[in-house]
Amino acid sequence: MAETALTTGVTDTRKGGLQGELADFWRYFRENRGAVGGLVVFVFVCLVAIFADVIAPHGPYAQYRDALLVPPFWQDGSDPRFLLGTDAVGRDMLSRLIHGSRYSLFVGCIVVSISLVVGITIGLISGVVGGVLDTIIVRFMDIILAFPSLLLALVLVAILGPSLTNAMIAIAIIQQPHYVRLTRAAVLGEKNKDYVTAARVAGVGKSRLMFITILPNCLAPLIVQAALSFSTAILDAAALGFLGLGAQPPEPEWGTMLADSREFIERAWWVVTLPGIAILLTVLAINLMGDGLRDALDPKLKRS
Amino acid sequence: MLAFLLRRIGLLIPTFLGITIAAFSFIRMIPGDPVLLMAGERGLTPERHAELLKRFGYDRPLYEQYWDFLSNAFQGDLGTSIVSKNPVLSEFFTLFPATIELALCGIIFAIVIGVPAGVIAAIRRGSIFDHGVMGTALVGYSMPIFWWGLLLIIFFSVTLNWTPVAGRISLLYFFPPVTGFMLIDSLLSGQKGAFTSTLSHLILPTIVLGTIPLAVIARQTRSAMLEVLSEDYVRTARAKGLPPFRVIAVHALRNAFIPVITTIGLQVGVLFGGAILTETIFSWPGIGKWMVESITRRDYPVVQGGLLLIAAIVMLVNLIVDALYGLINPKIRHTG
Repeated sequence: MAETALTTGVTDTRKGGLQGELADFWRYFRENRGAVGGLVVFVFVCLVAIFADVIAPHGPYAQYRDALLVPPFWQDGSDPRFLLGTDAVGRDMLSRLIHGSRYSLFVGCIVVSISLVVGITIGLISGVVGGVLDTIIVRFMDIILAFPSLLLALVLVAILGPSLTNAMIAIAIIQQPHYVRLTRAAVLGEKNKDYVTAARVAGVGKSRLMFITILPNCLAPLIVQAALSFSTAILDAAALGFLGLGAQPPEPEWGTMLADSREFIERAWWVVTLPGIAILLTVLAINLMGDGLRDALDPKLKRS
Repeated sequence: MLAFLLRRIGLLIPTFLGITIAAFSFIRMIPGDPVLLMAGERGLTPERHAELLKRFGYDRPLYEQYWDFLSNAFQGDLGTSIVSKNPVLSEFFTLFPATIELALCGIIFAIVIGVPAGVIAAIRRGSIFDHGVMGTALVGYSMPIFWWGLLLIIFFSVTLNWTPVAGRISLLYFFPPVTGFMLIDSLLSGQKGAFTSTLSHLILPTIVLGTIPLAVIARQTRSAMLEVLSEDYVRTARAKGLPPFRVIAVHALRNAFIPVITTIGLQVGVLFGGAILTETIFSWPGIGKWMVESITRRDYPVVQGGLLLIAAIVMLVNLIVDALYGLINPKIRHTG
């Protein structure tokens, strides 16, 4: 009896804190059917990526020389071994698509992590320190933004050499300015509020002030940006792969698969269509989630 | 207004210098010997190497090299292509009209469909039409356009045989370029069927390039319109008994357009990124395809010059958008 009373007591005190906020957030997020649908698809893609080795019926590089350009199961001439058909060198499309999910999610995670960490740090320094350093940082970000982002990514990859790793670095660099600007703007909004002044008067150091006092109050727009740039990163990486400057064949990256398939456009529609559907569904799911996050986190739109 | 413009131009100068530094550093950041890269020759003798080093000016201090690059650039000399041996600037301006024509068609397509769709969706908030437009816009926004282009080719060109697969005009027609814009040139040539041929080549690339701007514009128009429709002055106009069409077209749209114009301006960079992919898919002889090919061929002077020119043009367009913005919104003009 005493124990249950104790546990309920604990949850009660936390309701107003982080847990309460999360519950609040979930309440708004749940109302948005599109966002929940996006979440379901995204979790599905994540599971597929994690268990790719178990689910995929064939290896992503295994070539079946007796089954070149076999159509999917609902068309004449299909082969029961290959549900979604095979490509020009007899690799199973389904298995390659399954393994391809790993590349896309990996790219999204890495790019968002790099941009978040670096962008937030630079943005915080720019906003808190101010002065000449702030001017230099803002100018530098303006220069990056002056170039069309895909073009800049292409050129960066040309400098670094075409590979998936370099494509991710390039995409992280072109996404950087958005995080820096958002963080800086949020910091400038918070900087002169009383709690920051109080912390400063109390003698809190610069780095503690930046990361522990100010940052938690600037997170909402950054989370939304992270969700949206996750999908942009996947699209850009696929575009680079398509142009031959991202993941290199025979890697089963979706964009790279599309680049290989262009010559079969008149004969084998499935080789062209399926990787694109995979990209579109994944990106769409993430964007739906991003919209839901924005609505749930944006206090202006909250109906109280 | 003039002071506003001058202030904006003043802000752009440091950014522009930064862009020239970025373009200048570009060739020097590529791993390997810059002389070998620039010369594009194999098996150089040490004497030839030293001669080229001197000719390209790599033996001099960096700041002198940068100064030369900058003064040459201002005189219109951006170096010569390794592959074609043509000056980069003249190649750029030969191909530029093709990209402009495509980009203009793309953005017009996006505005003509996106703005009315957004307005109607806002007026009928919560209706099936609204959900349909917003759902479609989100799909368009998530679209890998290089795949979208291939899909349209499969459907309209391969299956239905309605539109050609690539290029700007059928090989049957030939006329010297006057303006560089194929739509105008084909009309001027007076050849029968040339204009329709140009048009049919233009349709699919226009749709592909316009898809993402269309989605963004529709979403932005809807939310701007929703915001304006809840304002007091709109309610006043309604209460005065003005016809609904007049309230929306005259009172609401005017203010809703301010954020929409900004959005359209922001699409310039997006259009250029999209042009790279669209031109590659449709073998469209424009700047985007030229840049991709130069990168894969390692034609670095072209990449350097193209980078500088494109960034300069994007900046210029943004300046024009800013000016337009100031023109329609006095608040910005006086405070910004």
